[in-house]
Amino acid sequence: MTRGRPLPRAVLGLVLGLLGLVAIVLSVGVAVTLGPADVSLVNVRDILLNHLALTDIPVRVSEDAIVWQERLPRALVAAACGAGLGLSGVILQSLLRNPLADPFVLGVSSGASTGAVLVGVLGIGGGAIGLSGGAFIGALAAFGFVLLLARFSSAGTAGVILAGVASTQLFSALTSLVVFAFADSDETRGVMFWLLGSLEGMRWDDVALSSGVVTAGALVCLVWARSLDAFAFGEDVAASLGIHVGRTRLILLIVTALLTATLVSIAGAIGFVGLVLPHAARLLFGQRHSRVIPATIVLGAVFMVWVDAASRVVFAPTPLPVGVGTALVGVPVFVLLLLRNKGRGRA
Amino acid sequence: MTLEAHRVSWRRGGTLVIDDVTLCPLPGSTVGLLGPNGSGKSSLLRLLQGVSAPDTGRITLDGADLTSVRRRHVARTVATVTQHAETEVDILVRDVVRLGRTPYRSLFGGDTADDARAIDRALAHVGLTDKADRLWRTLSGGERQRAHIARALAQEPTELLLDEPTNHLDIRHQLELLALVADLPVTAIVALHDLNLAATFCDSVLVLQDGRAVAGGSPRDVLTPELIGDVYGVRARVAEDAVTGRSHVLFDPTPL
Repeated sequence: MTRGRPLPRAVLGLVLGLLGLVAIVLSVGVAVTLGPADVSLVNVRDILLNHLALTDIPVRVSEDAIVWQERLPRALVAAACGAGLGLSGVILQSLLRNPLADPFVLGVSSGASTGAVLVGVLGIGGGAIGLSGGAFIGALAAFGFVLLLARFSSAGTAGVILAGVASTQLFSALTSLVVFAFADSDETRGVMFWLLGSLEGMRWDDVALSSGVVTAGALVCLVWARSLDAFAFGEDVAASLGIHVGRTRLILLIVTALLTATLVSIAGAIGFVGLVLPHAARLLFGQRHSRVIPATIVLGAVFMVWVDAASRVVFAPTPLPVGVGTALVGVPVFVLLLLRNKGRGRA
Repeated sequence: MTLEAHRVSWRRGGTLVIDDVTLCPLPGSTVGLLGPNGSGKSSLLRLLQGVSAPDTGRITLDGADLTSVRRRHVARTVATVTQHAETEVDILVRDVVRLGRTPYRSLFGGDTADDARAIDRALAHVGLTDKADRLWRTLSGGERQRAHIARALAQEPTELLLDEPTNHLDIRHQLELLALVADLPVTAIVALHDLNLAATFCDSVLVLQDGRAVAGGSPRDVLTPELIGDVYGVRARVAEDAVTGRSHVLFDPTPL
């Protein structure tokens, strides 16, 4: 079989990818200037140059601390969360053929809250594994439970979703049980963190972990993008197109679960991004996963950075929980996209 | 390329759904799989497709055991049009057909000129060229079935498996679709309910009952009132068309 020359689409894809990267960098750059203490864009650039290129441009120490220690790590974790949750959402929606699937459909977030509660309220682990560690382990336990249940069900993708529902209910109940029986009000507030999501107090090690995991997850998912296209008409058609359905499903479920578990253990269960951003990317860029996956990553990152900046600024000095911001900003945008698409579908 | 089943048996959830079936189609011919609901037509197609493996017996592709051939390579030779393949995704007809190029794709490469040619040819073959840029959900049932066949043709197969492709189509679309399939330069194995369609378009038929092959050969030889009575449990007469020489099955609603 002779292979023809690839069409110049590949070049276009590269250009669009670079544009996306620029959009993320610009968003982060502008977002860190915003806040109760205004820092100019030029000063932000100087502070970054000082740290990254080891220049020695004079800047105020207080501004340096605000940008380098607070806002920049926070904005970068926001970008990673937006990108990673969007990515998980797009993979799960295609794989499970369910437009309502989101990163938390596998029970990962309720597992995380259970883990956090067990560590924070009951003191399991003796301080060796912090709340984040507990959340991560809890998230994986919930996911393991889902895989186990789905293994014994012959219902395929529907079985996975049902197992996810069961897992969510079980771990939510466990969390409520522990909180109800043992927690005081302070501890209850700590648990709420995992249920609503928060980007307060992000540090550079959070940035390294979240961006590393998201980058690795994105690479794996891009490799499997072609296979995901083939799932549009279900697993039988995918199999007839030469896809290893069982293997593909298992690998992608594990990747999305690890990704989501890591992000939830860092920033809690930030809602809405993983559900709606994939739809926005599909409405704007069509259905091919080689486009939808990068588009969702970029849209998710940019969206999250701006929403987080807005939630810091609008009700300053009281920060708005970031999950509230994502829903309040995202829903109107999504409605606009839906209406636009409806008009196009009729034409 | 030849896809053959040699004395295959398959147990599914405790029931023997395929029982010692052999099928060796003539290359390029159109073979009808007949039999009542639950007789094993779809199961046999699953085995031939290689998505499930038989418990005993062998499915061979060019003499090699199908389970030993990589799935990508199977998909370049054997294409399948399944029943009820629907989607909620807002996908263009061209992109549906493009799925047929999946087994030829490299990891990151875009569409090659070969891909574009195969897609255009497949669309032209089923007469959907002018609807290539329509959304899937705007197609009629017959057009959707033809789009699936175009998707299968884009795989450039030598063997085409179809599971009741005429379901839910009106009579004109049934005739058009099977005429299209019969004219394709592939070996086609088609599960069918309609005995007259089988008599009209198939070079040979294999009749299944409870997973066993009870008759095989040309439709003229196989479709007798006795066999139809045995397998389907209905009273039928078989007449020969004076013009075409083909069999016509006429049913009698009185019980056997």
